[in-house]
Amino acid sequence: MKDWRYRRELAVAALLGCILLGLAIWAPAFYQAQPLLSLATREAPSLIVTCGMVIVILTRQIDISVGSMFSVCGVVCGLLAASGWPVWSLLPAGVVIGGAMGAVNGVFIAGLGLPSIVVTLAMLVALRQGLNLFRQGEFVTLPDGVQWFGMSQVHGQIVVLCATGVLVALLAYGLQRISLGRHFYAVGSDAEASRLAGLKPRRVTFLAFVFLGALTGIAAMVNVVQSPQVQPLSGYGMELKVIAAVVVGGVAISGGRGYLWGAAVGLLLLACISPALVYLHMEAYWEKAFQGAIILVAVLAEGLRARSARRHRTDFS
Amino acid sequence: MTPLLVFQRISKSFGAVRALRGVDFELRPGEVHALLGENGAGKSTLIKVATGAHTPDGGTLMVDGEVHDGLTPALAHDLGIACIYQQPALFPDLTVMENLALRLEKPASFARVRWTDRRKRAMELLAKVGAEILPDSTVNELSMPEQQLVEIAGAVGAEARIVIMDEPTASLTRREQERLYGIVRALKSEGIGIIYISHRLEEIFALADRVTVLRDGSSAGTFDVCDINEGELIRLMVGREVTHLYPPPLGSPGEVRLKVDHLCCHASGVEAVSFEVRAGEILGMAGLVGAGRTELARILFGITPADAGTISMDGRIVTVRSPSEAIDEGIAYVPEDRRRHGVVLDMSVAENVTLAAHRRYFPGGWLRDRIEAGAARDAVERLAIKTAGIDAPVSSLSGGNQQKVSLSRWLATEPKLLILDEPTQGVDVGAKSEIHALIRRFAEAGMAVILISSDLPEILGMSDRIAVMGGGKLIGILPSGSAAADVMAVALGQSGTPGKDIA
Repeated sequence: MKDWRYRRELAVAALLGCILLGLAIWAPAFYQAQPLLSLATREAPSLIVTCGMVIVILTRQIDISVGSMFSVCGVVCGLLAASGWPVWSLLPAGVVIGGAMGAVNGVFIAGLGLPSIVVTLAMLVALRQGLNLFRQGEFVTLPDGVQWFGMSQVHGQIVVLCATGVLVALLAYGLQRISLGRHFYAVGSDAEASRLAGLKPRRVTFLAFVFLGALTGIAAMVNVVQSPQVQPLSGYGMELKVIAAVVVGGVAISGGRGYLWGAAVGLLLLACISPALVYLHMEAYWEKAFQGAIILVAVLAEGLRARSARRHRTDFS
Repeated sequence: MTPLLVFQRISKSFGAVRALRGVDFELRPGEVHALLGENGAGKSTLIKVATGAHTPDGGTLMVDGEVHDGLTPALAHDLGIACIYQQPALFPDLTVMENLALRLEKPASFARVRWTDRRKRAMELLAKVGAEILPDSTVNELSMPEQQLVEIAGAVGAEARIVIMDEPTASLTRREQERLYGIVRALKSEGIGIIYISHRLEEIFALADRVTVLRDGSSAGTFDVCDINEGELIRLMVGREVTHLYPPPLGSPGEVRLKVDHLCCHASGVEAVSFEVRAGEILGMAGLVGAGRTELARILFGITPADAGTISMDGRIVTVRSPSEAIDEGIAYVPEDRRRHGVVLDMSVAENVTLAAHRRYFPGGWLRDRIEAGAARDAVERLAIKTAGIDAPVSSLSGGNQQKVSLSRWLATEPKLLILDEPTQGVDVGAKSEIHALIRRFAEAGMAVILISSDLPEILGMSDRIAVMGGGKLIGILPSGSAAADVMAVALGQSGTPGKDIA
């Protein structure tokens, strides 16, 4: 039993491995350093948001406002940079802005007990429309020294990747090794049982949303430093990509089960399909079809697992 | 005259628990047949067999003289068996008329709804049971007794000939009860057979023609109500031999640990409860289902905080407005519904053992595998938990072992007061003795223990004193060594000697 604890995550990783292997055989051009580095850097922001989404979904909630929060953080920090804030101060600014928006979600969901899908849908629309009204779709031009922290592109990319890697590793470790991480799992499995065990489910749920908001702020910064301008719609559609990655990575949408590294592998799997198609000279239109198929298989696998678990459990009634 | 419903040696088990052990039962037309028994005597299971919700493991079930092997809820409905539960099972957001139609009309997915006919039918049925309810009102606007009337109207409309009523008067006022009795008598005069479940003995004598007493899943006899008196009924309900040895009690308890003074909670119906528990003492809490025992426990543990009254621990008044505050005050609670809330089923044994005491096991908040594994192994050993391993999910354990996991998590917090709610419900005999021994050991270690149980022998065998609750109030406190019949009599409100020393 124990040997199979990670079977779902390993299956996803194996699929990713197959694709990478296939590319190595049929399209070795994929493994050129520069394009590969760019691909990885482009996906870094989504990866960070995915980590936050794992926490929220583990607590049996969902947040579909991440795309809008991402855009807002990017634009606000871009404006701060344009008004002369130093580069190093943008990261804490992003964390604070994102964390504050997450806290608003958290207050409505954990404090007032409203359903997370409705609250975050309202947040998604409100932030997106507010940003449209405020910016009229205008780009923010960043001062020199923000893009790639004023370094060369390759160096900047390496810094971004290393920082993202360290962050993801810390989060994955902390989720398993810190008391609060265990609380996210417990509350997502059975909020009432957790409360009876003396946990504070509302506080834990609130914190999950704050974490996701703060991580979205960090992700927005990781995105801002990649280009000379901030695009006001940079986070458009991000929620779907991130939630899909979480589901594919084996985190139960019903909460309480799954691993952060699984979701990270899930994101990489979904992200490498598009370039793989390009290098294999297939129509790019196939991308969504493949991603959809992978998500469907993931949902199917989860459904079968849940069914067999139920059957297993009734044996003991 | 053919009986409407006959049970011959019906048996039904759930895992290791034998809920029915060969019950004989018979319902004649035009009779009110009362079913009486302690909590867990098998009444609910018997009803569920009659309505097709449970398939019996053995025995014969006859409706109108015909044997039915595979009775399903749909077939039972077609045979004219209707059940009115204590909590009406209506769709709260639909109107009365729609609820009746769902029960009475043949399902035809695409047929046009004839609203005029529906309304007319509903009004006729409601008039028949004497209910002044508009067919267009939604069910959640109705009071509990009104909902009950809708249920009865549904049963009448379905031309049911066997009507089962599960404690129908439990939540009714005196006048509403009288009206219900009138309806029951009217149904009876039409030749309908009624199975009437109630804990109120005076009601049984007023309404029923015959009474069957269930005890431990078997029938202790069927009697005409004119041939039996209350005392005999009580004796039949509890009169079982003790098949189980309990650990001996401790000599003398210590200081007063918990003192509860005029505790009230309007929302859960607990009224002015006062008592105390000493260190090392086991206070048994007896009473019928709905007597307010679980509600009291939930107040003490801060799940539903009290509106008035005080709780003192070791002579100091404390406020408990959430379980985490209760835990900080040294109170631990093992809830009744273990399968739902006593443990986190998806988490492993080890994770469950440490869950309530992270701060103690992991100062600084860093989870350490070695500490966790040590704690879990210790718990598995001390409580003799049978599990494939400390990493196995708790959902893979048997009921008794889940209960032990639920218990073990509190030992780490070293509580001063341990509240156990039905700790051995659904637990097999062997594990039951082990749990009893553990509870006694906790008391010996100086904990004050409140033991809530519907298993009267367990209360009698384990308790140093026995508190009896009824209707949200503490009715009396009996000394250890009281007879089962005395406790039952107090619980049923039949005793002339209420609590000897209400603290």
